[in-house]
Amino acid sequence: MSSLEQMYQQVILDHAKHPHGRGLVDHGPGDLLQGESHQVNTTCGDEVTLRVAVAPGAAGIGGTVESVTWEGQGCSISQASTSVMTELVTGASLTEAARLDALFHDLMSSRGRGLGDDDEDVLGDATAFTGVSQYPARIKCALLGWAALKDSLVRSGALVSTDGLR
Amino acid sequence: MTTTATVRPGDPARPGDPTAVGHGAELSAAELAAVRADFPLLGRTVRGGRPLVYLDSAATSQKPQVVLDTEVDFYEQRNAAVHRGAHQLAEEATIAFEDARASLAAFVGADPGEIVWTPGATSAINLVAYAMSNATLGRGGVEARRFALGAGDEIVVTEAEHHANLVPWQELCARTGATLRWIPVGDDGRLDLSDLDSIVTERTRVLAFGHVSNVTGAVAPVARLVAAARRVGALTVLDACQSVPHLPVDLHALGVDFAAFSGHKMLGPTGVGALYGRRELLEAMPPVTTGGSMVEVVTMEATTYAPPPQRFEAGTQMVAQAVGLGVAADYLGELGMGAVAAHEVLLAEELLRIGEIPGVRVIGPSNVGVGPGGLPDRLAVVSFVVDGVHAHDVGQVLDDRGIAVRVGHHCAQPLHRRFGIAATARASASVYTTTDEVGAFREALAGVRAFFSVN
Repeated sequence: MSSLEQMYQQVILDHAKHPHGRGLVDHGPGDLLQGESHQVNTTCGDEVTLRVAVAPGAAGIGGTVESVTWEGQGCSISQASTSVMTELVTGASLTEAARLDALFHDLMSSRGRGLGDDDEDVLGDATAFTGVSQYPARIKCALLGWAALKDSLVRSGALVSTDGLR
Repeated sequence: MTTTATVRPGDPARPGDPTAVGHGAELSAAELAAVRADFPLLGRTVRGGRPLVYLDSAATSQKPQVVLDTEVDFYEQRNAAVHRGAHQLAEEATIAFEDARASLAAFVGADPGEIVWTPGATSAINLVAYAMSNATLGRGGVEARRFALGAGDEIVVTEAEHHANLVPWQELCARTGATLRWIPVGDDGRLDLSDLDSIVTERTRVLAFGHVSNVTGAVAPVARLVAAARRVGALTVLDACQSVPHLPVDLHALGVDFAAFSGHKMLGPTGVGALYGRRELLEAMPPVTTGGSMVEVVTMEATTYAPPPQRFEAGTQMVAQAVGLGVAADYLGELGMGAVAAHEVLLAEELLRIGEIPGVRVIGPSNVGVGPGGLPDRLAVVSFVVDGVHAHDVGQVLDDRGIAVRVGHHCAQPLHRRFGIAATARASASVYTTTDEVGAFREALAGVRAFFSVN
């Protein structure tokens, strides 16, 4: 497989064509903690607006990501990555979401080497982005949605700061 | 210092005649091969052994060996501080530095005293904007009052500008209370001058515009814009970054008040560019960056300033780069800018054939016509979109074939917004680009939609 084919794996192309979570949803007033974030890739003008809704945990400790919805336009890498992330973190606890975020960042820093089998199992479809990590200019594309998730979680009040989710 | 190009493919029978642009005056195959041999980087391979097809010269050009050698020679043989020191090295360095200024001035139709070295074009435009700021604050005395701005004054730019010729003017307006207005761009990617008389008015103090768009390749109607500015007594500032490396440019003949251009886009080093200013304007302009080298008499209470261009060259200058840029100008001058422009007309026409590929749309003029002075009305910088495929993805597939293009908004977000697109891919040529390379680019581009299964 060429580097180009490693980057544009079928799973990425599929997610780019049929992204999950597209279309912003407002859950209205209620118990859910909601936050929205707008992120721009300054080098190419790609953008994403992402909304997260978190069900707070018992006694206000922790919580669960109830839904992630988003609008955006950009390259296939940024669109597919946001789509894969939506699938991964929906239904996850905040702790699990933080681990996924950390693992995906590690994957993007791996320069094409990937992670260990256990970690890749956790990341699932997101391991398809291993090829992207060989192209420094494209890593930002893959991280755009994750940056929006992190920021929207902080804005929702579910996280005190971005420290909770790297 | 009179280092010259090792190869001189320019035919002395047509030395840079601006009217010679068109088919028949372009570089011969042998001349082009000789030019390419001067650029060591063009010989390298990329992405697993593919020959490099460099189509990103509008971002930065490659450098001929003679420019590289000149910088090395400067450091090896004459490195010293210029305009000070009584020793032989200082003398030789100063001569090289000032000879480079003279070379560059001659290349763009200016006097050496009208050329100020700057780190680049962005710095050059900011220099004018901040000088006007300082004049507004009363610096520079009575003579500088012509540069002072206030509420009711207007600065006019165009919707096609590179951010470097837009943001400094937005900031100047914010500092002085002046208002920013702009000339719109039409659907064809050219400036829409239908309301020019209501945009450039008695309130206009500055008209700043790009000579050639770094996105659409369109050549601006300089004479008409200069006439409109003169009619109302406004200063003209020309962003000449994309014209000076590709067209015969005579700043005196164009009649602009200021012009900015960068060295690295015209086969010269990074870190050096120039501001051109008409002599009487530079003489009246207050300094911006202050310190050593730009002064006359300094006491603890006050300072008087050196005449231009030194007044605007505070601190230690980028001497080796400036000397390299002087040689780059000589190199282009020896090729003959008429021949360079004619070669690039061919390349522009070949590039524009991408419009024949299904799903590919060119942003900007779709053909090359003849503008004022017999010069082309669009140059070999072609931005485009591919239906169903984002520009980043287009660029990635081309890169895999060894073809280097730019993707993104090319520092011209308002122009992209005007066309309702966030990003384009851009192929741009220079004197060393061949039609075979453009052919390889077209062939690779034709396969992009298939790669992403878009029909």
